[in-house]
Amino acid sequence: MTSGFFRSCLIMTIIASTIPLSSFNSVTASDRFITVASTTSTRNSGLYNHILPIFTKKTGIKVRVVAVGTGQAIKLAQNGDADALFVHHKPSEESFVRAGFGLKRLDVMYNDFILVGPNLDPAKIEGSNRIWTALKNIADANQPFVSRGDDSGTHKKELSLWKISGNNPQKSSGDWYRETGSGMGATLNTASAMSAYALTDRSTWLKFANKGTLKVLVEGDIQLFNPYGIIVVNPALHPHVKWKDAEAFADWLISKSGQMAIAKYKIKGQQAFFPNAQGLKK
Amino acid sequence: MNDFGDALAAAATLVVSGNPELIEIVSLSLKVSFSAVLIASVIGLPLGAALVLFRFPGRLSIVVMLNALMGLPPVVVGLIVYLLLSRAGPLGILGLLFTPYAMIIAQTILVTPIIAALTRQLVEDLWTEYEEQLRSLGAGPFRALPTLLWDGRFSLVTAVLAGFGRASAEVGAVMIVGGNIDHVTRVMTTAIALEVSKGDLALALGLGMILLALSASINAAAFLLRDITRYNKRSRTISPRVTKWKT
Repeated sequence: MTSGFFRSCLIMTIIASTIPLSSFNSVTASDRFITVASTTSTRNSGLYNHILPIFTKKTGIKVRVVAVGTGQAIKLAQNGDADALFVHHKPSEESFVRAGFGLKRLDVMYNDFILVGPNLDPAKIEGSNRIWTALKNIADANQPFVSRGDDSGTHKKELSLWKISGNNPQKSSGDWYRETGSGMGATLNTASAMSAYALTDRSTWLKFANKGTLKVLVEGDIQLFNPYGIIVVNPALHPHVKWKDAEAFADWLISKSGQMAIAKYKIKGQQAFFPNAQGLKK
Repeated sequence: MNDFGDALAAAATLVVSGNPELIEIVSLSLKVSFSAVLIASVIGLPLGAALVLFRFPGRLSIVVMLNALMGLPPVVVGLIVYLLLSRAGPLGILGLLFTPYAMIIAQTILVTPIIAALTRQLVEDLWTEYEEQLRSLGAGPFRALPTLLWDGRFSLVTAVLAGFGRASAEVGAVMIVGGNIDHVTRVMTTAIALEVSKGDLALALGLGMILLALSASINAAAFLLRDITRYNKRSRTISPRVTKWKT
């Protein structure tokens, strides 16, 4: 009498246990892949879609990119949840290696940060060639500035630039200084809607589609240099780390072929990243 | 706002062109959410009914707890599952982080309380109706449980659909434990979040429309199925299973 019910329960359990096993072929053991913790700026720029297929074709190693803020990416790598770390905050990367979490840091490429803001430019900073004076003018004029506020590489950079300008904007948080606590794209969406100033990396900006009245106001200051480095996670701490394949990826990135692939990637005709590996491998 | 027009156009282009990436994302979304809802139903339906039929100390606190857990924030679930599945966590050895399995686990945790709490409410209403009859037939809680679930199956579809709605709509948990990896763990909601972050609001909204349409068709299909089965049973007594015990 109730056997029908139990039968259906049994069938449901069987289905539930077999569906996932049979259908996610992407997680079968035969797949050779590494996981790279990286930043939203490189992912959103479209760089990975351009360079990863070249690497995979050459080595057979697939690369799974988890794109989060630099702070979270470092945490993932520390926990051993990624095989390599590819981010853009040199001081944090160096302390990551110093603490023994990574083998060594390799320069891969760079681009630059830019200060964007509304067309009307109420703080009158356009064309300023010193980022610190521009930031000071924004603070003095109490003009809206949108910050990442998420401990990402861009956020850390922004805070260090404010320090150089002699201001502590976090005192005005919630007033003219707004911390979104989210990614670069979300922050630019907010700045666009508020007609506010914001600091962004150039690649995200080039790819960003919702610019509204925003435009580039300050660029070219040496302080706005934005270097990216790759670190293989230390297998001594996390034995499961696929360090050989991760090292193959790092080696390829700094090889001639990898550096050329990076240099060739363009967004709307503009080069997005500039390779700068030391002692180029032939 | 011509964003809505652009969004409709973007959605139409994606659907009409049969974009392979869209198909991949949609099918992964469905696989993950269906699996989570199936597992959550296998746990939640009997659990909800058991909370009506079995009397034990602390039962009420569990009921209150279950109702509260219906409002569990997905990000919190994502964080907990991340900490469990991380290589530094207790289940790290399984290597499930950033796979669809991790997403199923997170969604199952989100959905089970919803299905269990709604089941408890529905079965409690049925129980007040059938209690006397079932007791007089000498049916203990173990026999009454499947009977009540079977008799309430048409209403319980709503509980399961509520669970499915939650699973397919959430983004916070799958983003953390799945990582939104292209071709591996990218589902509809994380793809929408990604397009928003690129500033492509029209494409994001277009994907949202497709998700909504999918959700609507699944709900419609469930209700259609329910009505057809109900129509076929209409000639029979309300509860054939109860009358069988009379022998």
